[in-house]
Amino acid sequence: MSARLEGWGRLIDRSEPLTYSFNGRDLRGYRGDTLASALLAAGQVMQGRSFKYHRPRGPVAAGAEEPNALVNLGQGARFEPDQRATTTELFEGLVAESQNHWPSLDFDVGVVNNALARFLPAGFYNKTFMAPRGAWKHVFEPAIRQSAGLGRAPKAADADRYEHLYAHYDVVVVGGGVAGLTAARAAATSGLRVLVMEQAPHWGGRAPVDGGEIDRLDPEGWVRNVVEELEKAKNVTLRRRMMAAGVYDHGYLIGYERVADHTPLDGRPRHRLWRIRAGRIVTATGAIERPLAFAGNDVPGVMLASAMRDYLVNWGAAVGRRVVVVTNNDDAYRTALAMHEAGREVAAVLDARPLVTGALATRVREAGIRVLEGRAIAKVHGRKGVTGVAVTAQAGAGGAVEEIGCDAVAMSGGWSPVVHLWSHCGGKLVWDEAQALFRPDPSRPPTGADGEGFVVTAGAASGALTLAGALADGHDAGKAAAKAMGGKVTRKAAPKAEPEEAQPILPVWIMPAEAGPELKAKMWLDFQNDVKVSDVELAAREGYESVEHTKRYTTLGMATDQGKLSNINGLAVLSQALGQDIPATGTTTFRPPYTPISMASIAGEARGELFQPLRRSPIHDWHEANGAHWEPVGHWRRPYTYPRGAETLAEAVNREVNNTRANVGLLDASTLGKIVVKGPDAGRFLDMMYTNVMSSLPVGKCRYGLMCSENGFLIDDGVVARLAEDTWLCHTTTGGADRIHGHMEDWLQCEWWDWKVYTANLTEQFAQIGVVGPKARAVLEALGGMDLSKEALPFMHWAEGELAGIPARVFRISFSGELSYEIAVPAGRGRELWDRLVEAGEAHGVMPYGTEALHVMRAEKGFIMIGDETDGTVIPQDLGLNWAISKKKEDFLGKRAQERPHMADPERWKLIGLETLDGSVIPDGAYIVADGVNENGQRNTQGRVTSTYFSPTLGRGIAMALLHRGPERMGEEVEIPVLGAGKAPIRARVVETCFFDKPGAKQDV
Amino acid sequence: MRRYSAFAIAREALRHHAGWGRAWASPEPKKRYDVIIVGAGGHGLATAYYLGKNHGITNVAVLEKGWLGGGNTGRNTTIIRSNYLQDPSAAIYEKARSLYETLSQDLNMNVMFSPRGVIMLAQTHHEVRGYQRTAHANALQGVATEFIGPARVKELVPIINLDGPRYPVLGGLWQARGGTARHDTVAWGYARACSAMGMDIIQNCAVTGVETESGQVRAVNTSKGRIECGKLALVVAGHSSELAEMAGFRLPIESVALQALVSEPIKPCMDVVVMANTVHGYMSQSDKGEMVIGGGTDGFNNYTQRGSFHHIEETVRALVETFPMISRLKMLRQWGGIVDMTGDRSPILSKTPVGGVYVNCGWGTGGFKSIPGSGWAMAELVAKDAPGPLAAPFGMERFREGRFIDESVAAGVAH
Repeated sequence: MSARLEGWGRLIDRSEPLTYSFNGRDLRGYRGDTLASALLAAGQVMQGRSFKYHRPRGPVAAGAEEPNALVNLGQGARFEPDQRATTTELFEGLVAESQNHWPSLDFDVGVVNNALARFLPAGFYNKTFMAPRGAWKHVFEPAIRQSAGLGRAPKAADADRYEHLYAHYDVVVVGGGVAGLTAARAAATSGLRVLVMEQAPHWGGRAPVDGGEIDRLDPEGWVRNVVEELEKAKNVTLRRRMMAAGVYDHGYLIGYERVADHTPLDGRPRHRLWRIRAGRIVTATGAIERPLAFAGNDVPGVMLASAMRDYLVNWGAAVGRRVVVVTNNDDAYRTALAMHEAGREVAAVLDARPLVTGALATRVREAGIRVLEGRAIAKVHGRKGVTGVAVTAQAGAGGAVEEIGCDAVAMSGGWSPVVHLWSHCGGKLVWDEAQALFRPDPSRPPTGADGEGFVVTAGAASGALTLAGALADGHDAGKAAAKAMGGKVTRKAAPKAEPEEAQPILPVWIMPAEAGPELKAKMWLDFQNDVKVSDVELAAREGYESVEHTKRYTTLGMATDQGKLSNINGLAVLSQALGQDIPATGTTTFRPPYTPISMASIAGEARGELFQPLRRSPIHDWHEANGAHWEPVGHWRRPYTYPRGAETLAEAVNREVNNTRANVGLLDASTLGKIVVKGPDAGRFLDMMYTNVMSSLPVGKCRYGLMCSENGFLIDDGVVARLAEDTWLCHTTTGGADRIHGHMEDWLQCEWWDWKVYTANLTEQFAQIGVVGPKARAVLEALGGMDLSKEALPFMHWAEGELAGIPARVFRISFSGELSYEIAVPAGRGRELWDRLVEAGEAHGVMPYGTEALHVMRAEKGFIMIGDETDGTVIPQDLGLNWAISKKKEDFLGKRAQERPHMADPERWKLIGLETLDGSVIPDGAYIVADGVNENGQRNTQGRVTSTYFSPTLGRGIAMALLHRGPERMGEEVEIPVLGAGKAPIRARVVETCFFDKPGAKQDV
Repeated sequence: MRRYSAFAIAREALRHHAGWGRAWASPEPKKRYDVIIVGAGGHGLATAYYLGKNHGITNVAVLEKGWLGGGNTGRNTTIIRSNYLQDPSAAIYEKARSLYETLSQDLNMNVMFSPRGVIMLAQTHHEVRGYQRTAHANALQGVATEFIGPARVKELVPIINLDGPRYPVLGGLWQARGGTARHDTVAWGYARACSAMGMDIIQNCAVTGVETESGQVRAVNTSKGRIECGKLALVVAGHSSELAEMAGFRLPIESVALQALVSEPIKPCMDVVVMANTVHGYMSQSDKGEMVIGGGTDGFNNYTQRGSFHHIEETVRALVETFPMISRLKMLRQWGGIVDMTGDRSPILSKTPVGGVYVNCGWGTGGFKSIPGSGWAMAELVAKDAPGPLAAPFGMERFREGRFIDESVAAGVAH
């Protein structure tokens, strides 16, 4: 049955019909429809099921506050659950289905929960399901989980794209209703940069629906003019379909622009997240109408009076043929008039106020509509749709005085300003007794770094609910915001509207006032989560008196609408139950986002390959082309090994080690950190940074250094080269480069700010290649260029020159125990050098090797690796590195810490080597056990394995470990348990850490 | 105390639940208590509960500035696990986890402990080695964990993307008896049980000063007047330094905001808890159906319990990458909680320079999962004026001695 009315529907374009599907049924709507309006126009009032009791539900609102009409939208890689039908713009081919029911919307087995509702009050799950103990996990919880949740879980990855946009504005106006537009127009005359955003697809907010005149124009015409004027202003940016999600410290504002939700597949990003720094934020966010709490207020067909009016005026969708209006304030009379004008029958207006005198009421009476004073709804009849209402006295307990047949009910409990953005960052509220609402307290705004408030409210968001009041307030807000930013507003006067004669609201939180428990158990506060008046009263009775306790106990306001409809009603009911004022109860905390925003929009472009910046060495492409198996190291990717043919990774690593030891290997060491430290105080600075002395290092030489944290723990190591009298080059680990650079700057900027030292992280400016192995020198000589003989460049020296015509700095350092050169060249020539080395090395059996061969070779030599031998709890003394700790220096970072009792304790675990008795390889991460258990029943340990590898050079497993008094225990056998039931522990002998070429003959040739 | 059961609910249903009494009493403070505990969060209430249950001390008041359970107990992501690396941590967290197993029955209130299992993903070789080390340590500590391969990870978490272009999943540390519980109910359950033992839980009662005499605590001054005490336990995560200052000593604590968020609810799609430390994010699905997501702490110290944006951006990115199907879910709500951070990221359960004053703080991001164990150990410390084996390693003298209990090795940033 179509409910679309000719002559109504200001937002729909009847020349553009659209086809869409709901629960598999093909339906027609128009461009400009929302899914909810199109469904209502198609006679589909019931659009979803509630969360807990699976009750049939239709839309209760027409905007972002909608709790009921949630749908599964789209299919496959564009499927999305929990989408509000009221804010989903219709497009051709839209596919939607209702959710939280089985097998169908019309017949849902889950509704058994509704029949059992009296056994399932708030918090019932806290009081039961405790026995037998295992039953919670295996029986009750799975059943609850299946019954809960709303939409289906998506299965596929998202096919759409998203983007971030960074912006700065002097004034941001949130809300494109008449108050927001007035504020924007005032602010714009100052010439400041102004952004205006509106969450809906159209400008004007409620005014075009509610009527009246602005500067002698109808609101629709006035809005059109002002938007045109703002569009022409060069300093103003206008955005529709953009919601202000959250306000954060220092005027940080997140805008959520739904760019292409209504035009899928058009190639644009679906959502754009605006990250805005705003000088001042004007929140012209309007107000949301409150439901009334009467029995059956959740039956499909009962909706907010403003929503019923919106559906009629905006979309030409009439809800119901015979309507009852129930209210405690004047505004709902507009709905009665509109429905009457549209030719629908308004059976009665039930007004809770004992005497009704307002101008709107007079017009309604003149239209021949019955106005019943002091009357309320005792009960709505019907389950899947309204069939009638029982009328009662608001002052009574619910005895019916009249039955009225109807198929829709419009309700209004008053209005609540949208204060979320004001509150996100600490703005305070005040209870307005006369209007029965919380509004922002202008004397307690959220404050920025300067101590001034940075949010100004405008219009209904300030509590100015009349048209004239909203315009005046909007103008003042725009002026104040611009002025605070140093702008001069040239527009003097606010737009004018006729003042309205309004009768004050009568606060009504429970209808009727003396309702008994039977009725209260049917009065919904939070529609989606099925929280009723009886639940809030139960919470109060059980001592959950704080509004936060009540919320958490009943789940009031925790649904996807985050309490936009329920919070004020709920805390008013709680206040009544506790016998205290509403301000004494207070509100729960308003948290971002205002309405839910997609995870994808938060992630932005950073997905897949772009998830994190990928750092590539200048030789990356060669590695890729030559079959490198990659290992992520920080943001870098390094070759782990280069398997050939059918080789396993382990076989490839062994081959690379053997070849390097026998012939020559190439290592791309470009990712090593390279930090230049320069200045008159650089030596003094490095003496503080490193445990050993760097200031005495002669120019031309290299020295291995250790860095500790303030707490004494070893944090990084590397070779330092002195480049010039006042310049040092500090090599760091790959993962440590950025961290160590930051660490240096931290000390320079915060502690030693008067020292003349400059640091620069040159990691990416140089490619660095290790040429390693007995034939390394022969390969380099084949390149031609600088003299690299033992005499010209001894071990632990560096020299500058040319190799293969490329300017190079060559370091004679070794991390493998082999004859080894590390050659640094400008990054842009790194690949060229690598290619030359591969060519020149061919005759010498050159092969590249990866990080794993590097690790194996250093372990064979007993060299430590940051992150393996260290874990943030290890000091250099534990690792036998006392030789690298200066005893002469007065101070260095970590020195004082290392003198503390536990650090200086001889009982610490210290580094040794382990040789398994049977030659096997100890598993990674294994512990060395001691006898007995400790006071907490844990097995005693006396050490742990820090590095363990198969050594191809020795043909057996080798390991390093930290062992209690380790170095004093050479030759002793220890026991290492292996994971897995019944597996025999490994036995190993304590040996020195260096397994290969102890005299160092191979590296110093 | 009225016992909770299905039978009691059924009986109450017949009279519109009019017969339920208060879960806990709301008394005015007495003149003196044997023990005053400041802070009615999970840790404070659990301390009170085990003081009564294990040590027979029931002349106890728990003072709370706001509403009970309103600090980090009500703001966390409800994860419970004990797969810690260092012996002292594993001992106290495993004690807590094992107490959670029977907490509903102990308290006669369903805290919904759900041992659905926790996986910590290994996404670099370094992480693989780290978690293999933890698995070895746990085996010796009596904590049931195992290192599992990618295929088993996929079986447990069908929605995971194993082969992300940047950090493929190489395995994970799996604790089958880790899981989640309903955070609020843990506080409520302890409060109800304490109240039933005759203890006074006094909400909206801010402590404004600590009175000492010859280095011994005498009383606290509060917004509800002066209250004398024999012993005083400070259990106020997020504001520990302020209370310590009132008592006249300093704590090695920094306070930072930890960020969390939830999605809109959907039907069940992930049964276990997944933590991905390489990319900084963790996620589980609540019984309501929301994806509960946590990330890291803000990079600056502060006391405002607000959500900030930059961290959740990093967290959500990480999780969209790990679980591509959440891309089109929507963030419903974000918030922050203030956590105490110590120098070694391990807690402090300690005597203090003031006689009769004890402090329990510094749980960092691991507070919720430790509540029962923390209360158990703290009660023993307060009752005996000396720590038992669970609390002993966590004395604050360890910072002076350099005897750190550093978990950053394996834990990364996230708990």
